[in-house]
Amino acid sequence: MGKVKAKSGPLARRPDNSAFKQQRLPALSTMLTANTVLPFFYFLSLISLVLGVWLLLTVQSTQENVLQSGDVFFYYGLRNFHQNLRRYMISRDDGQMVGRKNRLKTPSSYCNPFIKGQNGLPIAPCGAAANSIFNDSFILYYHGSSASLARVPLLRQGLTWYTDKNIKFRNPSTGNMTLAQVFEGTTKPPYWQKPVYERDLLDPNNNGFINDDLIVWMREAAFPNFKKLYGVLHRANTPFTHGLPAGNYSIDISYNFPVQYFHGRKEVVLATLSWFGGQNHFLPVAYLVTSGLILLLAVVLTVVWWKFGKDGRNMEE
Amino acid sequence: HLRANDRPFNLSYRYANNAIKTSKYNIFTFLPLNLFEQFRRLANAYFLFLFCLQLIPQVSSLSWFTTAVPLILVLGITAVKDANDDINRHRTDKQVNNRRVDVLVDGQNEKWMNVQVGDIIKLENNQFVTADLLLLSSSEPLNLVYVETAELDGSVSVCVRVCVCACDDSVYLSSGEVRCEPPNNRLDKFKGTLTLDQQVSSLDNDKVLLRGCTLRNTEWCFGLVVFGGPDTKLMQNSGKTVFKRTSIDHLMNVLVLCIFGFLATMCTILAIGNAIWEVKEGSVFTAFLPRENGIDASLSSFLTFWSYVIVLNTVVPISLYVSVEIIRLGNSFYIDWDRKMYYPKSDTPAQARTTTLNEELGQIKYIFSDKTGTLTQNIMTFNRCSINGKAYGDFCFLFSLQKTDKVDFSWNQLADPKFVFHDHSLLETVKDGNPEAQTFFRLLALCHTVMPEEKTEGELVYQAQSPDEGALVTAARNFGFVFRSRTPETITIMENGRKVVYELVAVLDFNNVRKRMSVIVRSPDGRITLFCKGADTIIYERLHPSCSKLMEVTTKHLNEYAGDGLRTLVLAYKDLDESYLGEWRQRHHEAVTSIEDREERLDEVYEEIEKDMMLLGATAVEDKLQDGVPQTIEQLAKADIKIWVLTGDKQETAENIGYSCNMLREEMKDIFIVAANTAEGVREELQIFNPPGFLIYGKEKISTACMCQTVICCRVTPLQKAQVVQLVKKYKQAMTLAIGDGANDVSMIKAAHIGVGISGQEGMQAVLSSDFSFAQFRYLQRLLLVHGRWSYLRMCKFLQYFFYKNFTFTFVHFWYAFFCGFSAQTVYDEWFITSYNLVYTALPVLGLSLFDQDVNDRWSSRHPQLYSPGQLNLYFNKKIFVRCMMHSCYSSLILFFIPWAAIHDTVRDDGKDIADYQSFALLAQTCLLVVVSIQLCLDTHYWTAVNQFFVWGSLAAYFAVTFTMYSNGMFFIFTSAFPFVGTARNSLNQPNVWLTIFLASLLCILPVVAFRFILIQLRPTINDKVRHKVRKEALPAPPPRRPPPRRISTRRSGYAFSHAQGYGDLVTSKRFLRPLKSRPALFIQKDSVLAQNEPQHYRTISEEPEGSMSP
Repeated sequence: MGKVKAKSGPLARRPDNSAFKQQRLPALSTMLTANTVLPFFYFLSLISLVLGVWLLLTVQSTQENVLQSGDVFFYYGLRNFHQNLRRYMISRDDGQMVGRKNRLKTPSSYCNPFIKGQNGLPIAPCGAAANSIFNDSFILYYHGSSASLARVPLLRQGLTWYTDKNIKFRNPSTGNMTLAQVFEGTTKPPYWQKPVYERDLLDPNNNGFINDDLIVWMREAAFPNFKKLYGVLHRANTPFTHGLPAGNYSIDISYNFPVQYFHGRKEVVLATLSWFGGQNHFLPVAYLVTSGLILLLAVVLTVVWWKFGKDGRNMEE
Repeated sequence: HLRANDRPFNLSYRYANNAIKTSKYNIFTFLPLNLFEQFRRLANAYFLFLFCLQLIPQVSSLSWFTTAVPLILVLGITAVKDANDDINRHRTDKQVNNRRVDVLVDGQNEKWMNVQVGDIIKLENNQFVTADLLLLSSSEPLNLVYVETAELDGSVSVCVRVCVCACDDSVYLSSGEVRCEPPNNRLDKFKGTLTLDQQVSSLDNDKVLLRGCTLRNTEWCFGLVVFGGPDTKLMQNSGKTVFKRTSIDHLMNVLVLCIFGFLATMCTILAIGNAIWEVKEGSVFTAFLPRENGIDASLSSFLTFWSYVIVLNTVVPISLYVSVEIIRLGNSFYIDWDRKMYYPKSDTPAQARTTTLNEELGQIKYIFSDKTGTLTQNIMTFNRCSINGKAYGDFCFLFSLQKTDKVDFSWNQLADPKFVFHDHSLLETVKDGNPEAQTFFRLLALCHTVMPEEKTEGELVYQAQSPDEGALVTAARNFGFVFRSRTPETITIMENGRKVVYELVAVLDFNNVRKRMSVIVRSPDGRITLFCKGADTIIYERLHPSCSKLMEVTTKHLNEYAGDGLRTLVLAYKDLDESYLGEWRQRHHEAVTSIEDREERLDEVYEEIEKDMMLLGATAVEDKLQDGVPQTIEQLAKADIKIWVLTGDKQETAENIGYSCNMLREEMKDIFIVAANTAEGVREELQIFNPPGFLIYGKEKISTACMCQTVICCRVTPLQKAQVVQLVKKYKQAMTLAIGDGANDVSMIKAAHIGVGISGQEGMQAVLSSDFSFAQFRYLQRLLLVHGRWSYLRMCKFLQYFFYKNFTFTFVHFWYAFFCGFSAQTVYDEWFITSYNLVYTALPVLGLSLFDQDVNDRWSSRHPQLYSPGQLNLYFNKKIFVRCMMHSCYSSLILFFIPWAAIHDTVRDDGKDIADYQSFALLAQTCLLVVVSIQLCLDTHYWTAVNQFFVWGSLAAYFAVTFTMYSNGMFFIFTSAFPFVGTARNSLNQPNVWLTIFLASLLCILPVVAFRFILIQLRPTINDKVRHKVRKEALPAPPPRRPPPRRISTRRSGYAFSHAQGYGDLVTSKRFLRPLKSRPALFIQKDSVLAQNEPQHYRTISEEPEGSMSP
């Protein structure tokens, strides 16, 4: 046991008198007492109440002003689409998407069964996740006072996390070749209409693997009901400089994505934001409810303490 | 069958040579063998199985490393420990094998490993015995050999072995033949024959020298190697230690099995869910995610079952067993390190010899204690005496607080300086030449069986069979009647500086029935006197009627002494005349030489002469209790621990000790003395002291006895001690602890759940077979009430928390299954799963279980009631486990659904995605870790800096590791292993993420706080009460030491003899009265029936080692 000590003398084997070895380390001894617990509960109840009210007010105010001012975000939503199935989630090749050329031609086996196309060529981007990309397109029209249809301008870029756009997704280095040449020898995923290098021919920074729609889709949703960012209102011109003006709108949907394959629904969401994220009624309500519950608990605790523990008789042995 | 000095002949039998191998592995076999050993443990095998499952791609729901990393870590730690142990074994093997010894045949020095069976070897003093030897001859007279058997049975006493024959030198070169039994592990048996020149002689255990002994006090001896190396009895005996397991171990195993069942249930539910989902939803979703070839819904659900086995494997945590070992080890170190269990006088710290039983120390219900050497010091002091109706030495009791001056014995050059007496008047009386006082001490100096040893002139050491006798002779010595030397016929004493040689006519030895001992001596002036000492009742029957008045006074004194717990003897004498003596000696001789009824006839003869004696007085000897024994027993009793004393003493002595250690009190009116045989065959006399006064006879004796606070079993043999322990274990299912110091306690120490050895006394046998050892009985209080309680508390807290954190962790997966189509998708990042148990939560929980104290040691010992929850298994049991599961279930619901509700329909503050899987995983795992850490803080009662550091450090480490693993660099290097790149940066800067974490923590923790608070208010446990008190009061002052109240009692004490047959025979036999060199006295107690049946108490004179007790 222990180290052999070079001590000698009559008390050679006496253990050290250190606080650690004698288990006398200075310490704070904690106990749940009324003095700490009750104020703590009331305090937390108050905190929750304040937070809840604040969040609720924020949500309410942003909702009222939804169409008047601020950024407006255009989402598409899917219901009952399971992006979170295990086999679906792993059916992708991050190595390919980050632009590794060897992975372009020999995708990871995880992409099964979308590794090779029917012509035997490797699929880029491979895997079930990329293959099932949402491919409806939307055009939003504003029925202004002039009875003419004004197309609402949507920014279709800047929809992704910075890290995704710049780090996680990259095109293979092109050198002096075109993107199409780099992707030569690969084939498009079977459900796609166009190959990956033709996703946005106008803007090379939105084409190939770094196409915003692709990146948004590839950030797989945690739950079967989800919404994904489609575009942001471009507020450069009137009448949209202060958001969407009140009035009638219509949406032109080019319908490509088959709903019957997942017994689900598609939806379109227009939303504005608050400081704590999207239109989220859950947090404010939850905080208000929690505040009430804590208060209730606090009162119960107080009563119990008052009846039993106040004079310390319950602590008598 | 072997021949001496005939190597070719012996080699043909392929006996094992003398090389030994205790190591288990060599370099090449280490890995496979060690892994094999480790995988025999259920938990390891389970995780290996999981690992194999993960290698099947269709099933693997987690990457291989989630199981492999912990498994390799655990296996690695264990392997390193095993390797280290084995290297040490290799080293000692090598050292032992390379020891040198003289081999006779070729007259050279050989290494031990090259010694062959049949060789004759020569051993010298202080050498280790090379192999099992047949003794041929030795340097000592009578061909005796003295050996120390420390390595064999742990006793450092010296034993005697007898050589086979008075072989002369010629034998060594001739070839005798030995036939003996095959190698076995019986240390106390050896059978064989030696054929020498057509003469056959039989061999027994006495003639064999076993490996592991050391030669002592013997210049040289020759021996024939009978068994070598692995065949020796030492090796045959080793390696069969029985592992004791604690009740928590058993509970843990049961729980782990339950968890397996629970795991299977969960997986089945999820597999069924998967089948339903596959039929209803999955079949259409195949457009996006085609099924693999040949997999339909039913097969898919079967695969899902196994996938979920992998995902949910964390309910059986791999680090559980390793952590438990670490905690136990740590708590054992605390015992080794404890200064308050260190005995400075003998420089003995407490020692946890078994590191796996700590928490059991907190659950002890029954303590079985030896008496001699455990409760008592086995030191007798001559305290008082009554001479001719006058009592001496009283006031040391009346003024026990301020000690009176010690009597100065410096006038007597032969006095023992250690002897202390407080009554000057006695010395004066003796010096004045009071005849009664002189006769009194003359008797003490003559009537005994003590052996003197005079190393240098004037420096006397007495070897007494019983310490009582030693004390009496020493008292006589200091009062001027120095017992100097003895021969079979004479006793030399110095009477006040004058040398007087008495002729020893006869010794009327002590035995159990007689309860007295007499000697008949003839003084130089021809007076013949019979001196007798013995138990009061016995002597009183044999006194001359003229003593009746003196008897009354003496009886009064005796009662007083007995009331003070002293052991008393009554002394008497009788003058004899020559003619009567001659006649009596004739009859005595006849009796001695008679073949039939020798014992009875001797008794008759003795009876005849021991009558009409004159009363001299009485002595009172204090059987000194160890320090603090009564207080310790009182404390342990308050802790609701039942104390049984198992002693070989007779009833009066045991009862007396019971009173003096506070076990029995005067108010215990109903004392039942039961003499019966239990149905189980334990023949014992149970003395049952039962405060409620309630007793059922018969077969229910054990259950009755168990209801008593105190039970004293007297006249029990070592075997019966073990049987009593086993009976209680069997019928009460309670934790038992046995404490003892001697070889006769070994069986009981081994039988009990926990064995404690008193170390620092002669004989290490009890210590060697014990689980814990320390030097003083009083340390038992600290061991149980402080260390044991803390260990138990910590272990229970650990288990409770450990199960909580793992269940909570795992159940979240279960809830997520309902959202991910039962596809065995995990909630957390795989790296989080890998390091959750190993990194993020390992140290805080270790800190909790190594440092936590509910109240500190002083309060623990001041409130022994704190101990009782452990006895009732209150801190961790199946109920607590179920409650812990419910709690986990609640927590996991919160921990899944709050993040789900908060995040599933929301976006970041810049409109971008946050409801994605990776952000959700990060949120869920952060919530989990925060909640689990706060829960730990709630469970921690004793916040040391280390705890703080562990908790905050682990949380900090979590964020540091998370940010590192989600960094660009890691992604570029190991792209597919770290797909979470950027998640931490993008979601942990969101207010709603932190709001969610806060909300989840509130909802998880506050109900627990409220629940506990209400429990404290409504039904406070004893712990709460004491803790409440601690907060209100300052540290308790150590309780003042009260002198034990003087008991007024009419109870007569036992008397001062041991219960073995006396040594009268030996004293008068010539054989053992050789001039002694400086070595302990040597007596062989022959294997008489009596010696085997009687417990042996006083080990001052060494006994033959009892082989069956050897480890």
